[in-house]
Parts: sequence; structure tokens; C-alpha cells
Amino acid sequence: MVRKMERDPEISIRLFSDPHLLSTIRATVEGLAKIIGFTEKSRGLLMLAIDEALANVIRHGYEGRTDELIWVHLWRVREPRGIRIIIEDLGRSVAPEKIKGRDLSDVKPGGLGVHIIKETMNESCWEQRPEGGMRLTLVKWLSPEELQNVTLSKPENTFP
Amino acid sequence: MNQELVIEQKTIGDMTVLRPTGDIDMARSSAIRKVVTEVIRARPAKLVIDLSAVEYMDSSGIATMIEALQSSMRNKIKFALVGVGPRVKVAFEITKLLGMFQIYDTVEDAGK
Repeated sequence: MVRKMERDPEISIRLFSDPHLLSTIRATVEGLAKIIGFTEKSRGLLMLAIDEALANVIRHGYEGRTDELIWVHLWRVREPRGIRIIIEDLGRSVAPEKIKGRDLSDVKPGGLGVHIIKETMNESCWEQRPEGGMRLTLVKWLSPEELQNVTLSKPENTFP
Repeated sequence: MNQELVIEQKTIGDMTVLRPTGDIDMARSSAIRKVVTEVIRARPAKLVIDLSAVEYMDSSGIATMIEALQSSMRNKIKFALVGVGPRVKVAFEITKLLGMFQIYDTVEDAGK
């Protein structure tokens, strides 16, 4: 499902579009983010962003159906150091320019997911897949402080 | 944390306290929304949601808290949150909604 990139993803998961499975993806992303060197707060934000992205696929792409397929691919990124996440589905396709966060000054429930994704990630790119469905690419880099901490930390934190 | 959401409910004087345990996400937020609706229908003077046993909350949880706040205001019920941990606070902060809520460290503080 995933386009050929410079190297294969470190982790690839295929899951059904069941909201009860989201906690397992959050835990996986947090585990990889910890290895990369993200702080507790950054890991919390990353979990939130991927959770919102998957919830949007289930809610909008698959209109709540729980037996459809979603693919999640995770990479460690070297330069600059961080994490890349690709989420693919076969659900309803939407023109990327129509995917927007809403005005937060209007306090009301719902519609916060895209805002959370864009605020959290350094890059977020939605594309329509030629074979149907959507592809979302998310990238988050370590902050300068996180990078400094990683550089000063133990050798096992270095990349393969 | 991967578990069903357990919601403990107790009454302290004129205050109803709801204490969910577990993650509040897309799979579980409807459970707390249902309990909040029932509590508001009973019209307590104060409704407190104790989040000290909630490790994670997504935007559906945030939406549930906004609904609870707005419904409480319409029904003249004082509404507060208690025990907002770091991961839950992050979700409120990034949606710029933290300032909307009365937040206390403990249930006792919320009851004063």
C-alpha cells in the first residue's frame, strides 16, 4: 500500500477501522517516539495527532464502519531527526483543499481533529490515492532541546 | 491504557461527582456523555468531573466536556473539572479550551 520511499518503514500495521483499536496504535507511536527522543509532552501530542487522524478516517472516510482497512506506517527520520507517519485508507476520497481546521473562537464540540493535527505536526499532507481512498503523511521533528538531549544521551539512542 | 471506561458516580452534599477511569477516546466518550446527560437531568447544584484517573483524552473527550459545560450552564448547574493530568491538559491546551473550564486540584477544592 505504501509508496516506495528511501527505505521501508520501521513499523507497518494493518488494522480494521474499529475505534477500540486506536489505543494500540497510540501505544505503538508512543513507543517509537520515545526511542527517537521525543519528550513526554511531545509524545502526548503525537498520540493525539495520530488518534485524530485515524478517528477522521473512521468517522468520515468509512462513515463509522468498523470492518474496513487502514494502514499505518512509521519511520524514524534522520535529517532532521524525527518521525514520519503515513496513514492510508480505502474510504471516501476528499479533495485535500477541503480539509481544514475550524475557527477555535467558536466554542463548540467537534471539528477539532484537523486543528490538532496541523498544530502538532511540522508537516501534514493529505492526498487522494489513485487506487481510491486517502493518504495522510505526517512528519514531526525533534525540537532543538530534544535534539540536544538525544545527542548527549546514551549510544543506544543513535540510529541504526 | 486499553480498557473500557468505568465511571464512578457519587453525591457529596449538593454536588455530583463523576470519576471516569481509563482513556477517553472515540470508542469511549459516548459512555461518559450518556452519564453526564442523566446527571444534568437530575439538576444537582454542582457537577464535577474528576479526571484524575484519566490518562488520555482525545478531541471527542474534549467535545464531551464542552457539551457538559454548556448543558450545565443552560441548566444553571455549576460545572468544574478536577485532577487534570499532563496528557489531558495537553489536549485542552492545543485546542485553546483550557480557559473555558473551572479547574481544581481536588474534589474538596471544587466543593468549596
